[in-house]
Amino acid sequence: MSPRSDLERTLLERRFAVTAEIGPPKSASAESVRRHAREMKGCADAFNLTDNQTAMSRMSSIACAAVLIQEGLEPVVQMTCRDRNRIAMQSDILGASALGVRNVLCISGDHQSFGNMKESKNVYDVDSVQELMILRRMRDEGKLWSGDELEVAPELFLGAAANPFADPFEYRVTRLAKKVKAGADFVQTQSIYDMERFERWMALVRARGLHKRVHILAGVMPLKSHKVALFMKNKVAGMIVPDAVIDRMKNSQDPKEEGVRLCVEQIEHLRDIEGVQGVHIMAMAWEEKVPEIVKRAGLRP
Amino acid sequence: MIIGEQKSLSEIAAMLEGQRKILIAGCRSCVAICLVGGEKEVAVLAESLRLLSSLKGKGWEVEEVTVERQCEKEWATELGARVQGKDAVLSLACGVGAQTIQSMYPAVRVLPGLNTSNMGAPEEAGVFLERCGGCGDCVLHLTGGICPIARCAKSLLNGPCGGSQGGRCEISPETPCAWEEIHRSLERLGRLDLLEEPIPPKNWLPARDGGPRRIVRKEAVLTDEQKRAKGGRA
Repeated sequence: MSPRSDLERTLLERRFAVTAEIGPPKSASAESVRRHAREMKGCADAFNLTDNQTAMSRMSSIACAAVLIQEGLEPVVQMTCRDRNRIAMQSDILGASALGVRNVLCISGDHQSFGNMKESKNVYDVDSVQELMILRRMRDEGKLWSGDELEVAPELFLGAAANPFADPFEYRVTRLAKKVKAGADFVQTQSIYDMERFERWMALVRARGLHKRVHILAGVMPLKSHKVALFMKNKVAGMIVPDAVIDRMKNSQDPKEEGVRLCVEQIEHLRDIEGVQGVHIMAMAWEEKVPEIVKRAGLRP
Repeated sequence: MIIGEQKSLSEIAAMLEGQRKILIAGCRSCVAICLVGGEKEVAVLAESLRLLSSLKGKGWEVEEVTVERQCEKEWATELGARVQGKDAVLSLACGVGAQTIQSMYPAVRVLPGLNTSNMGAPEEAGVFLERCGGCGDCVLHLTGGICPIARCAKSLLNGPCGGSQGGRCEISPETPCAWEEIHRSLERLGRLDLLEEPIPPKNWLPARDGGPRRIVRKEAVLTDEQKRAKGGRA
């Protein structure tokens, strides 16, 4: 089977993959996306565009993906179940495919109560597992979920999220297995700070042989300060930030440099874990640091 | 049962502005159990409104009545004589009850004294929890007897999202994660295998999404003749 995207090619060829996140702007201008694209070009195989992250309206991930394609970068479109039903979802996938999008990450999405329009109604017609099932049918059977034939089927490389730090811990590997059964080709994990727990999760993943059935990209997020670390620990659902990490950031004379150094160390550690085939770097509002992190970790020249 | 909450006194007062003869109509069913619309609550609200009226010169004449079940025409007919001549009925029943009396007494304004919230159950004294999403296609046999439609903030059908931590939902520390509870229940029942297979997209047609639902029990439907024999009521 020929790879449908550069990301898939990298993973199939067993080269260590890098993906990085770009946050769409609260703006009708895509200038910041173009700027990030120019800064980050070449430092990763593909770039995730978040989908109204934390339930705040931003430029659509598909529109940003089209801009990235114009700039010669490969996008990973994130698509949440919060804001669209199966009708809109399939329509968006057809449109995204026509624009050249191949990588799609299927996710539940943050609940709207996190955002700045808490009073809005959510959709959740389908969940992220069902989203994978729908998109796989479009790709493999050339059909909409309804069974209607598509004139041209979308070529998709399907992604899912995995969070080893959420609970119940024992269930997290079952959930990954379910996503693989539903059609996930690759997974990107939540940001890892608790390496011990991540390794325990990976051991369970390997025990079920899942690392051979799905490409696993380990998530990392460079910290700018100990305050950011505390925020992650206390305010972000499904995150674990050990005190040692917070202390290290707090005691540093140059927290930003410390954050980058910690991230580079994590990547070096993650590379050696059996079954980890790449990293996903989420430098929120700090995208310009990604090329440096990638270079210092020796992932790209 | 139906769980509701009383609207604030100021909201109720605003609705009653310009009305004179007012009947507060309670219901002895669900809303009495959740302590918002039974006889006692009707009496308390009536007193509050009378006090407010005399303080602020609203000119309200407030009467009280409570029936067994406002949502059933058979019980709601008891209101007939009391509704006569009123400018407004303030219903302390759920939205179903309020609509039943509006349809039976179309000439009088029926105002909602409650916000109808959900289908739930009393958990402990004074605490009521939502339990059923009324989706029309029950999945409790797959989920250890815990409803993910009503009890998961995202109505997920394939397990907890990445925001479930320490048994709590990502939306608030007061909200238990339904999927954590489902996991524990299925573990106790020795049926964790039910969590392995992806559940396909749900058919929402029997839910509210398919439009207002109408359920007909053919064997209980009266013939025209039977309706006439019952005096035109059906």
